[in-house]
Amino acid sequence: MSETITRAQLTEAVYQEVGLSRNESADLVESVLAEMSDALVRGEMVKLSSFGSFQVRQKGQRMGRNPKTGEEVPILPRRVLVFRPSHVLKKRINDGDADTSGYASDDVEPDTSY
Amino acid sequence: MTKSELIQSLADRNPHLLQRDAERIVTTILDEITAALARGDRVELRGFGAFSVKQRGARTGRNPRTGEAVSVDAKVVPYFKTGKELRERLNDD
Repeated sequence: MSETITRAQLTEAVYQEVGLSRNESADLVESVLAEMSDALVRGEMVKLSSFGSFQVRQKGQRMGRNPKTGEEVPILPRRVLVFRPSHVLKKRINDGDADTSGYASDDVEPDTSY
Repeated sequence: MTKSELIQSLADRNPHLLQRDAERIVTTILDEITAALARGDRVELRGFGAFSVKQRGARTGRNPRTGEAVSVDAKVVPYFKTGKELRERLNDD
């Protein structure tokens, strides 16, 4: 059954891995998300190697439709965030590679000998 | 902003933190998200966004150069949906 991971589990992982207090680990998880959000709001791209990149795109105005009433309504110009996963992330997800400690496996071909 | 710039700004804002710890914090967060997606779990970070995986069925594709038909295996792709608060911040004028 698939589960939902939240800030709580990220905080726990940072707590286990880095050895700071739980409170401080929680603040730092928040701080990382805030740094990323602030950069994106400034219009900067956020590129995280072996994970993926977040980019803000400007969308022009277009006509949409209210699906319930069929009425035409303009969709205003807006900024949207696009995430592009890296090849490494896509590969790890398809290999079901839950052990992501270390990066050595990035360059290694999957073992097909079994 | 790159990963190393993110690590640097985290270290700058938290002067008591060792550079090495700032690096481990960022790496741990990204590794946890990756591991969750590899298990098929969803990662929901309120205000920022949610990561999930979507199944893509097998299909017959074409080599664009030769036009030859090739079979493409079923796969899982990561998907990100921007959180409400961040979406609103991107469009506050």
